[in-house]
Amino acid sequence: MRGAMRAGWTVCAVAVALTAAACGGGGSSGGSGASGVVSASWGDPANPLEPANTNEVQGGKVLDMIFRGLKRYDPKTAEAKDMLAEKIETSDSVDFAVTVKDGWTFSNGEPVTAASFVDAWNYGAALRNNQRNAYFFGYIEGYADVHPDTGEPKATTMSGLKVTGARTFTVRLTQKFSTWPETLGYAAFAPLPRAFFDDHSGWLAKPIGNGPYLVDSYARGSQMSLRAWSGYPGPDKARNGGVDLRVYTDNNSAYTDLTAGNLDLVDDVPAAQLRNVRADLGDRYINTPAGIIQTLAFPYYDTAWNTPGGARLRTGISRAINREQITDTIFQRTRTPAKDWTSPVLGAEGGFDDTLCGDACDYDPAEAKKLIAEGGGLPGGGLKITYNSDTGSHKDWVDAVCNSINNALGDDRACAGNSIGTFADFRSQITQSKMSGPFRAGWQMDYPLIQNFLQPLYYTNASSNDGKWSNQEFDKLVDQANAESDPAKAVDTFQQAERVVRDQMAAIPLWYQNGSAGYSPRISDVALNPFSLPVYNEIKVS
Amino acid sequence: MGRYVIRRLLQMIPVFFGATLLIFLMVNVMGDPIQGLCGQRQCDPATAARLRQEFGLDKPVWQQYLTYMGNVFTGDFGTAFNGQPVTELMASAFPVTIRLTLVAIFFEIVIGITFGVITGLRRGRPVDTSVLLLTLIVISVPTFVTGLLLQLLLGVEWGVIKPAVSPEAPLDELIVPGLVLASVSLAYVTRLTRTSIAENARSDYVRTAKAKGLPCHRVITRHLLRNSLIPVVTFIGTDIGALMGGAIVTERIFNIHGVGYQLYQGIVRQSTQTVVGFVTVLVLVFLVANLLVDLLYAVLDPRIRYA
Repeated sequence: MRGAMRAGWTVCAVAVALTAAACGGGGSSGGSGASGVVSASWGDPANPLEPANTNEVQGGKVLDMIFRGLKRYDPKTAEAKDMLAEKIETSDSVDFAVTVKDGWTFSNGEPVTAASFVDAWNYGAALRNNQRNAYFFGYIEGYADVHPDTGEPKATTMSGLKVTGARTFTVRLTQKFSTWPETLGYAAFAPLPRAFFDDHSGWLAKPIGNGPYLVDSYARGSQMSLRAWSGYPGPDKARNGGVDLRVYTDNNSAYTDLTAGNLDLVDDVPAAQLRNVRADLGDRYINTPAGIIQTLAFPYYDTAWNTPGGARLRTGISRAINREQITDTIFQRTRTPAKDWTSPVLGAEGGFDDTLCGDACDYDPAEAKKLIAEGGGLPGGGLKITYNSDTGSHKDWVDAVCNSINNALGDDRACAGNSIGTFADFRSQITQSKMSGPFRAGWQMDYPLIQNFLQPLYYTNASSNDGKWSNQEFDKLVDQANAESDPAKAVDTFQQAERVVRDQMAAIPLWYQNGSAGYSPRISDVALNPFSLPVYNEIKVS
Repeated sequence: MGRYVIRRLLQMIPVFFGATLLIFLMVNVMGDPIQGLCGQRQCDPATAARLRQEFGLDKPVWQQYLTYMGNVFTGDFGTAFNGQPVTELMASAFPVTIRLTLVAIFFEIVIGITFGVITGLRRGRPVDTSVLLLTLIVISVPTFVTGLLLQLLLGVEWGVIKPAVSPEAPLDELIVPGLVLASVSLAYVTRLTRTSIAENARSDYVRTAKAKGLPCHRVITRHLLRNSLIPVVTFIGTDIGALMGGAIVTERIFNIHGVGYQLYQGIVRQSTQTVVGFVTVLVLVFLVANLLVDLLYAVLDPRIRYA
């Protein structure tokens, strides 16, 4: 009787799976094995799904499937390669002439032209559209007119963008920025079809793009079904029939569903499962570097932390942290001890250098104690590391870092964690310059350039310079590097600037974060790109 | 009876306003939600100001509350941060949670009361002792343990159920989550019914009914049970609200896209509109359920009259 019950359930599950697969095949193919559909875990995007409005990974997954921009970052090497760009030319690193390749269309048949880009960028930059990523267009001339810091915008389009032909347009920047074309792989720079502007709510309900997938159906908050677009003109066609993104309430339940065989791909293995993941999945678990670095930032607006001996003090704290042990025991090697202020995904050519931090990042309790004493001791006799406790497992590592510091200094009260309930509150206290000691800082790159790991974080008054660190020499070197037309020399100059960050220990690098994913035996060729997004179009279904 | 209902309905008005005001203030105290929208970086000030204006966050709290309440009465519950109207979120979440609650209540009534009657009539016998012990275990084990355990055993190890409920959440997929959600209340219902039955079994009217020569099942269902159910009905009535709002843990474990999940997401993203909207509806559900319970008393016990 019980056996019969169980059989009934199985039949039920199989029937459901079959109907799903049948739906998946779509009109073009009958849902055979080769054009199978991958089911993948998803979370509800925090913002409306517009290219210039998506700044988190869940929305990023969709954009990566339905859009292709002028450039695309190689999923393996992170190198920016031409996608829709036929050529991007400049003689002075300020004026750029862009030619769009012929033959590209949106999935509704509309050709991708120069205007598709210019209109999209103007939309993204305009203040009245409330786009979270508007600052990406900040280097383009005329940005201040469409997006003033205060008051009403004076223009609706940026003066630096001019359409010069059906497939050509020019861009004028406000400053020299030789590697600017390499930023164009970011989703915010995607082209947009007319339908986006003419029927905006219709577009949001079922986005139309020019990528290898098209949106088949979208039930907000629960599921998005993407299907391979047979008319896709690009070289990176989808190797599967489509992808079903399913919203899970919790990454634990997604993981459970994967182990039960109901889901093909989980791109965020919960911390609690890291111990079992090898046993559960074997080699179907991947753990690869992503462009994310975690650091401890300091409040330089607080006089106690902005002292002449401060650099020694901060270096001392850095050397009191046993990074190896913490990444091993707490993160189960899903993070790698940091050796510089960038990320391994840049590669040596891109500016990553695992010797740059050197001694300053090595654990040495005796030296740490000495340096801290030389630097004037901990302000107020102890330090509090501030973090938000609602996301990630920040409490665990902050406690471990504090333990490490306390042990190194032989003082149980030297360091303690200071938890803030929500991420939003944490951020708002940081923006109001209310930090009284070091605080958790994480940086996920926007584009794989060394510039992106340094300028937004340490340049005077930069957008993410939360500690308000300021150093003239650093600023000068960054300006020089941006003006450098030879990429190799630019990288070199950025590394010089990075050495200033090291000597001053502007922020303590902790570890590089990896992306992790697990998948079912049904699929193969699963990889994560440097943004820790699964490379969906290369997944094969057996 | 009519006047009683009207009086109770009028009493709901201040409770409703008080509750919504409290929630509104609490969500506001959590800080500036806009800062959380831009990820690990500072929102550019111009966009942040625009967003604040759009969501009405630049006005003083009392004004925000008044505008919000004004909108609520025209059926507009505002917009969540992802641009989705809160009413749309409600339309997708409430049917799911109501289904889950119904499944849970069904288990409470059927299993809870049956066990209660059996143990109440067999006090001190082995069946009584074992059920008591069982309920004690259920009460003392937290819901998330029962939930995760059943999910692992039934879903992953034995493959009897799907460990994650699909977005449409049909009734058959909600059986196990409903059982988990009901488990603790179920144990309480069993214990309440048992005590009440045991007490009333010795009362005069039961003796009279027996003396009249009525068949045993009639004595139990018509006389004994009807009078013994009053505390149980009170409990189940208040439990409806608790089950609907308190399903956060169960809904997260079993991937149910219901009220608990939306509330959780609203709190994490500090979306005032979502949280206040959902809790307002939950407050209403709670109030109505309580009123229904009070009216049910009169049906169950003819001695109770409302004037």
